[in-house]
Amino acid sequence: MSDYNFAYLDEQTKRMIRRAILKGVAVPGYQVPFASREMPMPYGWGTGGVQVTAACLTPDDTLKVIDQGADDTTNAVSIRKFFERTAGVATSTHTAEATIIQTRHRIPEAALSDGQILVYQVPIPEPLRFLEPRETETRRMHALEDYGLMHVKLYEDIARNGAIATSYAYPVKVEGRYIMDPSPIPKFDNPKLSNTPALQLFGAGREQRIYAIPPFTQIVSLDFEDYPFEASKAPHACDLCADDTTYLDEVITDDHGGRMFVCSDTDHCETRRDAGYRGRLAPQEDAA
Amino acid sequence: MTALSMNAEAMTGSFTDAPVQAAHGFRAVLRALSQPGEIVTLSGATPPAPMSPAAGVVALVLLDGTTPVHLAGAHDCPALRDWITFQTGAPLVAAEAAMFAIGTWQALTPVTRFAIGTPEYPDRAATLIVESDHLTAEGTTLRGPGIDGSAQLSLPETGAFRANRALFPLGFDTLFCCGDQLAGLPRSTIVEGR
Amino acid sequence: MYVAVKGGERAIDNAHALLAEERRGDPAVPELSVAQIREQMTLAVNRVMAEGSLYDPDLAALAIKQARGDLIEAIFLIRAYRTTLPRLGHSNPVDTGAMAAVRRVSATYKDLPGGQVLGPTFDYTHRLIDFALAAEGEAPRAPQAEPLGPVPRVTGFLDREGLIEAEPDSDATPRDLTREPMELPADRALRLQALTRGDEGFILSLAYSSQRGYGRTHPFVGELRIGEVAVEMEIPELGFAVEIGEITVTECETVNQFTGSKTKAPQFTRGYGLVFGQSERKAISMSLVDRALRWEELGEDNTGAPVQDAEFVLMHADNIQATGFLEHIKLPHYVDFQSELELVRRLRAGAQEAAE
Repeated sequence: MSDYNFAYLDEQTKRMIRRAILKGVAVPGYQVPFASREMPMPYGWGTGGVQVTAACLTPDDTLKVIDQGADDTTNAVSIRKFFERTAGVATSTHTAEATIIQTRHRIPEAALSDGQILVYQVPIPEPLRFLEPRETETRRMHALEDYGLMHVKLYEDIARNGAIATSYAYPVKVEGRYIMDPSPIPKFDNPKLSNTPALQLFGAGREQRIYAIPPFTQIVSLDFEDYPFEASKAPHACDLCADDTTYLDEVITDDHGGRMFVCSDTDHCETRRDAGYRGRLAPQEDAA
Repeated sequence: MTALSMNAEAMTGSFTDAPVQAAHGFRAVLRALSQPGEIVTLSGATPPAPMSPAAGVVALVLLDGTTPVHLAGAHDCPALRDWITFQTGAPLVAAEAAMFAIGTWQALTPVTRFAIGTPEYPDRAATLIVESDHLTAEGTTLRGPGIDGSAQLSLPETGAFRANRALFPLGFDTLFCCGDQLAGLPRSTIVEGR
Repeated sequence: MYVAVKGGERAIDNAHALLAEERRGDPAVPELSVAQIREQMTLAVNRVMAEGSLYDPDLAALAIKQARGDLIEAIFLIRAYRTTLPRLGHSNPVDTGAMAAVRRVSATYKDLPGGQVLGPTFDYTHRLIDFALAAEGEAPRAPQAEPLGPVPRVTGFLDREGLIEAEPDSDATPRDLTREPMELPADRALRLQALTRGDEGFILSLAYSSQRGYGRTHPFVGELRIGEVAVEMEIPELGFAVEIGEITVTECETVNQFTGSKTKAPQFTRGYGLVFGQSERKAISMSLVDRALRWEELGEDNTGAPVQDAEFVLMHADNIQATGFLEHIKLPHYVDFQSELELVRRLRAGAQEAAE
């Protein structure tokens, strides 16, 4: 791997990505087209996030990579290893220690701080895509701020189900202008998008788009006055660390209906258990 | 222009470890543009006068053969033309065709000459690299994305930036350079005052 | 007791070791050499070069070996390697008119200058399994003919009479699909780039659908030619172009339904396909799809056929993009699934409450 440039990408590619990131920052929520490169991992595995991270990394950074909130999921392990080999950066599983966090599908539970960059892997960056498959059309809609179609969709949800039936990749409006896809994070995480001290960057490799939310940017989840947005989660506490405020994974424990709920953010859960918190099904002491 | 006819100065003043220095330079510019009012320090470039070291870093980090550049006023001199051409390969163009423009605020004015993007592609807008005599976190009040409440920055004027903000999401983006210091003012920033 | 799943790294390493073992197969069977693949699996090598957008038979053969014969995986390996290569310059357009053809057929004339040259084709083989191939032995040598010099183009004959639309020369630099994001609407040069590296199966099916009436263009294969062409590059220091190598390409030009109007005499139209290597099926398919995509410029009706929809065709032709996005749904999605579970449970509880 030492045959490759620092952080894998060649300098010209990084310049191109860096220019796109800066334009993304200047126009929050707007999807900047960029000449995404073919990476040594498949499209869909985080090629957009990897390119954004590669363009941002310095040797002084500490990188954290999570998938589904966990540091030890196979693809998180694989991407972390990629940057350990190609950039030689320090890595950490602790949210507070990381300067760059690449994520798929979650925002960490711990509040992010000034100077941190959260890089999202994005499969379909266009929030209007499932309502209108044509890029030429959705580009026009963003240009004209013509978002009627989205409101019609949400309203039809209410008419059919009595609630907005979108539970992840829940669309948001950025600083009152662009409607943006926050990537497939659960809507539980949506409030954390807004007004955070950290910089949030979004990379979609296959779809060749980069977009950004600068720190302290107002992000509003779309809703209606009589059907306000609700950041919901399973009504349980973590069975390992007893936290009842976190987003939970449901784990099937047997084939008789047994299940448990555990924090999806593994670092958060471990930190709490290290501090002595114990959930319903946690080992009470370190058993052999 | 061949290398032989260039001033020898054109071949100096660049990064000695490009991947690492460019990465640090970019992170500083990224921080400045995403947190308007914050002033960052850049290092690693020593371009010919009258270009500041900070603007030199920006040039090395962001310019290449695909980014047309406009040199304005005193910056449009043989030494800098050669340096930009040799170090970055960026084509030198008129203001209207520029993706980046470098010069003092006075030399860049009127800034309405620069690309502001299109409604479909607002990213196709110019970035102005403004060389300044002084740059401090005081003066005009700024609000908007990247700013926790409000921030202050010494701007050369407010009218042009207020007019630029009114075009949002179109508009140019600005990087102010002074010595080795740099501050950013994206088009999204609300500039108070008259 | 529940223990959080750990050890992703070791699982990955072990999976890779098992993959390497499976790739090798039974060690009692001699290992394939890259040269064997290059020489004896040439059409697979050609496809990998064409869709990988990199002309290097040895590397393509190695990729096929590494990919255990999965050609899309091999194409992916080539693409990922290709993006790391420095771009030193660009060649002049190849002159397929000067091609040393090994195969050249026309469906529009019985005979023509240069003749019909079948070359190495499956066309008239009877598709009977040749059990003799199972036994190793020397292949019979084919009789040698005089090499075919440059042969005139069929479309040239039609052009001379003004019977086919003119294809004006252009010195414009085409956009580069691999260096710029796709922008729609795409011009013909960009569309052709996307088609030549597009998935053979996808382009084939689209072309087939047009033959069956979904965007029909009434194509004749004016000419299909396969052979080597010289690749030349301008060297600024020398002031002229020098040959840097030769590549084999397949070119197909179709002669399609004529258009005309009260003011303009009827003329045949063209579809074009050009693909690395001997890739006949792909080149013909490409020329049909190219022609169908030109409906607007030629004043034809949009019948809503998939093959007429440039955005649909271009955004879905790339098999590396397609397979990546398709296969990624096997990665963990349990966070999103949990959010759906929670929502469905809540909506069901609400519905039940309302019913009671």
